[in-house]
Amino acid sequence: MAKSSSSDAQALIRSLRSAYAATPTNLKIIDLYVVYAITTAVIQIVYMGIVGSFPFNSFLSGILSCVGTAVLAVCLRIQVNKENKEFKDLSPERAFADFVLCNLVLHLVIMNFLG
Amino acid sequence: MADPSEAKGEGSLRKAFGGVLGVFILLLIGTLAFSIRLFSVIKYESVIHEFDPYFNYRVTQFLTKNGIYDFWNWFDDRTWYPLGRVIGGTVYPGLTLTAGSIWWLLNNLNIPLSVETVCVFTAPIFSANAAWATYLLTKEVKGTGAGLTAAALLAMVPSYISRSVAGSYDNEAVAIFALIFTFYLYIKTLNTGSLFYATLNALSYFYMVCSWGGYTFIINLIPMHVLLCIVTGRYSSRLYIAYAPLVVLGTLLASLVPVVGFNAVMTSEHFASFLVFIILHVVAFVYYIKGILSPKMFKVAMTLVVTIGIAVCSAVLAILIALVASSPTKGWSGRSLSLLDPTYASKYIPIIASVSEHQPPTWPSYFMDINVLAFLVPAGIVACFLPLSDASSFVILYIATSVYFSGVMVRLMLVLAPAACIMSGIALSEAFDAFTRSIKFQLPKLFEASPSDAGDTNRGTQDEPTKVDNNTPTEKTEATVKERPSEKHRKKEKKKLEKGKEIKEKGKENADKVSNKPLNAKKLLVLPLEASAVAILLLIILGAFYVVHCVWAAAEAYSAPSIVLTSHSHDGLHVFDDFREAYAWLKHNTDVDDKVASWWDYGYQTTAMANRTVIVDNNTWNNTHIATVGTAMSSPEKPAWDIFNSLDVKYVLVVFGGLVGYSSDDINKFLWMVRIGGGVFPHIREPDYLRDGQYRIDAHATPTMLNCLMYKLSYYRFVETDGKGFDRVRGTEIGKKHFRLTHFEEVFTTHHWMVRIYKLKSPKNRIRGKSKKKTNPKTTSKINSNKNVKKNPWQ
Repeated sequence: MAKSSSSDAQALIRSLRSAYAATPTNLKIIDLYVVYAITTAVIQIVYMGIVGSFPFNSFLSGILSCVGTAVLAVCLRIQVNKENKEFKDLSPERAFADFVLCNLVLHLVIMNFLG
Repeated sequence: MADPSEAKGEGSLRKAFGGVLGVFILLLIGTLAFSIRLFSVIKYESVIHEFDPYFNYRVTQFLTKNGIYDFWNWFDDRTWYPLGRVIGGTVYPGLTLTAGSIWWLLNNLNIPLSVETVCVFTAPIFSANAAWATYLLTKEVKGTGAGLTAAALLAMVPSYISRSVAGSYDNEAVAIFALIFTFYLYIKTLNTGSLFYATLNALSYFYMVCSWGGYTFIINLIPMHVLLCIVTGRYSSRLYIAYAPLVVLGTLLASLVPVVGFNAVMTSEHFASFLVFIILHVVAFVYYIKGILSPKMFKVAMTLVVTIGIAVCSAVLAILIALVASSPTKGWSGRSLSLLDPTYASKYIPIIASVSEHQPPTWPSYFMDINVLAFLVPAGIVACFLPLSDASSFVILYIATSVYFSGVMVRLMLVLAPAACIMSGIALSEAFDAFTRSIKFQLPKLFEASPSDAGDTNRGTQDEPTKVDNNTPTEKTEATVKERPSEKHRKKEKKKLEKGKEIKEKGKENADKVSNKPLNAKKLLVLPLEASAVAILLLIILGAFYVVHCVWAAAEAYSAPSIVLTSHSHDGLHVFDDFREAYAWLKHNTDVDDKVASWWDYGYQTTAMANRTVIVDNNTWNNTHIATVGTAMSSPEKPAWDIFNSLDVKYVLVVFGGLVGYSSDDINKFLWMVRIGGGVFPHIREPDYLRDGQYRIDAHATPTMLNCLMYKLSYYRFVETDGKGFDRVRGTEIGKKHFRLTHFEEVFTTHHWMVRIYKLKSPKNRIRGKSKKKTNPKTTSKINSNKNVKKNPWQ
């Protein structure tokens, strides 16, 4: 049982890796950006665990800015992905412009809330 | 070749004409929404109504006079004396900022409207905006026709009028517009998947958070809908784009508003949104993995993930539940808990239970407030299911939840009104569609002298009557009754019908929309001609009844400013302006720093109109302070004087309706004072004031009742009016008729005895008798309050 499950796991990981390698480069860049944002959020949470959450609004704005950019990047990825049938008549420039606008609003709010 | 292009040209001309007509209708709807709310201005005057709007008016005055930075940092020391109130941090700024900016804009354009005028007319302007927002929302759900109908219905629905007449300068005036607009942007994002609309949605949600405490409805309804979509298998990437940015941006924006602050992440009211956020990400990830893996591998992945995932999830859930359960209210605020458990408030928070707007509504109030819409809503719900889309499932969820909440609190009928209008608009629009289509189909038949394509149309018409005979040609107006039997028969005769239709199309010149539908796309319903014509007529009559009722409700029921009362007697119209008389007297005859004590109902009006410091007002955030005033009103004269003196009170104000029959006076509210006071100070016991469980003020009243301050201040010298002291509201003669006040002196009674103002007498200079016990009451109460053996902390 253990052997079959471990071999299953290995086969799974291999197929995941091969499937992911097939995605286009621009999507991979967006994925990298998402991973970076989430890592920053995790680092902030660890820091808060060590130091305490005193200026809570600063902590909140830091976490939510990371999570926010990650979410917006995922939305951009959804809209730019050529395999997505629903968005085939949305030009990638328009998607990126929306992404920039939303990020602008997000960071305006963050800067206001940072204290 | 000429025909298609001609048809196209004709089509685009019709479209353009339809567009212009639509814009014109929307303008008319806006004007209608604005003007139906002007009855109070015409019948009375351009004055601010009720109680809460006076506070908002005062805040707006401060904002326009001192600017926004002072407004954010304002600490108000003229209310809740001696505690004060941090206005910047406890008020929902949306309404005041909106009115303030309108005033500022108009003044900069050199239109010198006063702040009062802007405040009075803010609500009608925003109700016009709300009607347009309803049009946009319903258009996203069902189309332009439904949108226009829903907008017209919302412009007039009495429930919304009741809170947004000209003069009702309250949060809901702006908040309902923000609510509908936020929902519209959410549905638009869901339908188009555009991140631009998602940004606008978050900004509109921010405006809603600024405006009203009811924003928690949005932040719980939208996650509920997302969960519904996921569970019913309607997950799509547009759902992710519609929801995920809203949660992040929305939480941030909600935390920006000082009133909400960190509650946006720490109270249970927002947890649903975070939970669904996590669930949505899990689902999105699963779909993504499913997309890139082969089915066999996906199954392997699922088994692996599920085992690990369940372990992790249960651990996290256990921690979360432990955190939430550790707080006594499980993290919910009192008002939200009273919504979920309707009996909560009466058990634990008598103040919330005592507000008349927080009582459950009666059945007649549904017909009063949404009238005809009450039986169009089920038809609309059925219409939303054919076909079911993301947007229509949202509207169905909206109406279901709002019906539940409106059943808990009569004030929340206001949230039901837009949902009811949307549903009824959809129902009416679909009904009109079906009837006019039937008429349009069968009208050429009437005008054809003889059947031109004899054989074919005969076959077609033969199919029609067979189908028609099976229908019950009812002459009722309920669309559901019509659609259900015909739907059954429609399914049976579908093939015959469509063959008949195809043949009919060839024989006719004007191709209506039936011809545009392919064979298997839509099963269209055609009803007999006479029935359709009569049904359309009856629907129009139904609409006429609705309009008549709405105009009556706006004119008679909801236009009273309640600060000015009128009554019709045999010698004409009688106006009771006693409240303003009393506040004006206070303003002109007392010092600026004098403190006025009254029951909390009149606090806002006193600070706004009389410009005097009050002890408690309508904000009711401090139960103990209100209980102190309640105890004072329920105590005999000396203890009451002690309490008021300790609060530096100079004047006491009571409202008395016994002479003219005004039934919302303080004697009728007195039991609530006893209950609230008794909730904090146990020496006040409610049974002491009731004789055999009955509340009376006549000769059989209990001595505690006859000696309490409220009784004495209300009925002092009342026997001089008619010799017998007959109280018109309670319908009896009063119990104690001739008495003197020892610690208070009457300084003013208004013309109809409705407001009575008393002044605290200063303590005597020379104290006779038990001089050792009678020291300065101020220090006594402070020193002895902790180590007093007696239960009464005020002696």
